Amino acid sequence: MSIIAFVLLSAAAIYFFAKRIVAVRRNIFLGRKETINNRSSERWAQMTRVALGQSKMVVRPVAGFFHILIYVGFVLINAEVLEIFIDGFTNQHRIFAPYLGAFYDVLISFFELLALGVIIACIVFLARRWGGLKRFKGIEMQGFPTRDAAIILIVEVILMKALFIMDAADMKLSNGEHFFLVSSWLSFWTEWFTPAQLETISHTAWWFHLVGIFAFLNYVPYSKHFHIFMAFPNTWYGSLDPAGKLNNMESVKSEVKMMMDPNANPYAAPASDAPLARLGAKDVADLSWKSLMDAYTCTECGRCTSVCPANQTGKKLSPRKIMMDTRDRLEEVGKNIDQHGMEFQDGKSLLGDYISVEEIRACTTCNACVEACPVLINPVDIIVDLRRYLTLEESNIPVEWGMMNTNIQNNGAPWKFPASDRGNWAQNNG
Amino acid sequence: MTPNITTMAEMAAKGEKPEILFWVGCAGSFDERAQRVSKAFAQILNDCGISFAILGSEESCTGDPAKRAGDEMTFQMQAMMNIQVLDAYEVKKIVTACPHCFNTLKNEYPDLGGNYEVIHHSTLLQQLINEGRIKLKDGGAFKGKKITFHDSCYLGRANGIYEAPRAVLEALDADLFEMKRAKKNGLCCGAGGAQMFKEAEAGDLEINHERMDDVMEIQPDVVAVACPFCMTMLRDGVKQKEQESTMEVLDLAELVVRQNG
Ligand code: HEM
Ligand code: SF4
Ligand code: SF4
Repeated sequence: MSIIAFVLLSAAAIYFFAKRIVAVRRNIFLGRKETINNRSSERWAQMTRVALGQSKMVVRPVAGFFHILIYVGFVLINAEVLEIFIDGFTNQHRIFAPYLGAFYDVLISFFELLALGVIIACIVFLARRWGGLKRFKGIEMQGFPTRDAAIILIVEVILMKALFIMDAADMKLSNGEHFFLVSSWLSFWTEWFTPAQLETISHTAWWFHLVGIFAFLNYVPYSKHFHIFMAFPNTWYGSLDPAGKLNNMESVKSEVKMMMDPNANPYAAPASDAPLARLGAKDVADLSWKSLMDAYTCTECGRCTSVCPANQTGKKLSPRKIMMDTRDRLEEVGKNIDQHGMEFQDGKSLLGDYISVEEIRACTTCNACVEACPVLINPVDIIVDLRRYLTLEESNIPVEWGMMNTNIQNNGAPWKFPASDRGNWAQNNG
Repeated sequence: MTPNITTMAEMAAKGEKPEILFWVGCAGSFDERAQRVSKAFAQILNDCGISFAILGSEESCTGDPAKRAGDEMTFQMQAMMNIQVLDAYEVKKIVTACPHCFNTLKNEYPDLGGNYEVIHHSTLLQQLINEGRIKLKDGGAFKGKKITFHDSCYLGRANGIYEAPRAVLEALDADLFEMKRAKKNGLCCGAGGAQMFKEAEAGDLEINHERMDDVMEIQPDVVAVACPFCMTMLRDGVKQKEQESTMEVLDLAELVVRQNG
């Protein structure tokens, strides 16, 4: 009976998780094609350093330290989850114990210490949020994002608590055969129950933990906590070029080549008969797929916004909001496709309905946000692609920028000086 | 003193080729304050006996501000024109005192077929000091003066150059103080991304004024910069804080020339 329940539950949890992953993958690949797979050994090194090694997390030492507690705890405690899984399939309890002997208790005690670390770190993170750390505020954080953060932290604490309850009950039941370190400190309550009751408590805690894990698994991909998986591919695909380099628009290149080639026939048909792609980005599908992966990876930590010069001086721009808006719009587009098919248009777009022109106009392309992001997200790529759409497709630019561009074209400088005077400074005496 | 500056065209007429092209940039060519930096840097190249030339009226905007304002068309037209000129003179090596020109020439021209060895003047100055070709006087003009360095985004975060300008400043025998936001964490002056050429969006404060708070904490005699746009922004900030009589904003090249002057 309990094996059947276990198998059905696991199958459902894994099915829904896999379904969600397939949908996220499809959404990401709605983005503009771009091949990113060169220099793969550097990419593995980058992923190892930044995601596995948490190199950018520790730039903020307090957050970095407690996050590593959660991170290491989570990864290693999963070894215990493996046992829980096998127990479930075989209707055993603590199936590894007989094979490992005394070492089993050491191992479980170690996991318990990690679990304690996770609890402490989660409480610190909760305190930090409720204590009003500035970078967790901002208009983009109202409503779900703040609730989401609290839910995950509280659920983690409860899951770890369930482990301690199970361990303490089992320890008592084993009559001295097992000793688990942390639950031994917390086992006073086991005196109050009969062995049969403890049996039920242990069993319930086991199920609770299991259901909790499955619920967690299926909540994560809808939450900023998706970063626990996405951090890895996102740092692998993260740019290896100097941050100052903006990508080259190949579609513009062929056009400019033709304009500059004296032999080209201006009336010739375009070289390819593929439909002309939109220049720049108006909606999520115009962005590079990597920008869309960035959006799913964002942890909403606000490190980017806290160092953004525009945001710090009261402008509307917040790089975190750029990322969250991109993800929210992409989710909306994905839902539209699920419900109405690929061709459906809802008349909305990322630029306009989510991100305003004023926001993207405020960016100085200073790359502070890029430098700050612990998971190698690049908000500037999105901002520049949106600016390109405004400029190239809608000619919607501030008057001063219009003059600047005209001056560059006519005089070779953003100011209105004659190009022939460019070398004059070198002749002037003085 | 007026440095001796030739153009590529003049050199080519004599059948000569310089070791290095000095890419002056729009600010260095037209902005009066930045022209003084161009002259100081040309002076240093002269003094070190480096054979260099400028393009003069054949140079044109790299297209950086157009690209960052979203006008890729204007950018690419500028880039392709410049690449034609550079390739016609068979230019191999370029030095520039503008981090924006530096970034664009070095990182963005290769995709359009322009491949050159591009260095920023802070790196060249550091090399020349290390090689002993620039000899800085002991007890020169800046001995014991309080200096702080403002990292420009396109030199620092954009291209990872943090040490070269500091090495130059250390060679001056001055006391170098770091602002609370420095190096990777340096705060923008507010000019990048074509902001230089338009009014800022609505907000509480100008970015360069926010930056001045960091400067004021140090109260330096000199704010050293390595970018003509940072120069404009910080000079405006110094004026806004009414510190013109106590603080000077100077480029690295000017500091080197003045130390020995
Ligand atoms: C694989 C297991 C992981 C777990 C269980 C985990 C768990 C968590 C939790 C619970 C938070 C919430 C903190 C809060 O909301 O206050 C968090 C935040 C965060 N995590 Fe992870 N994480 C994992 C992996 C990673 C990886 C590989 C990275 C990549 C560097 C990463 C980067 C971040 C960042 C940037 C934050 C924002 C916190 C801040 O800056 O203060 N995480 N993580
Ligand atoms: S690059 Fe733009 S969005 Fe990022 S920190 Fe600088 S001004 Fe803000
Ligand atoms: S973009 Fe990066 S730094 Fe900004 S909130 Fe998201 S994860 Fe944090």
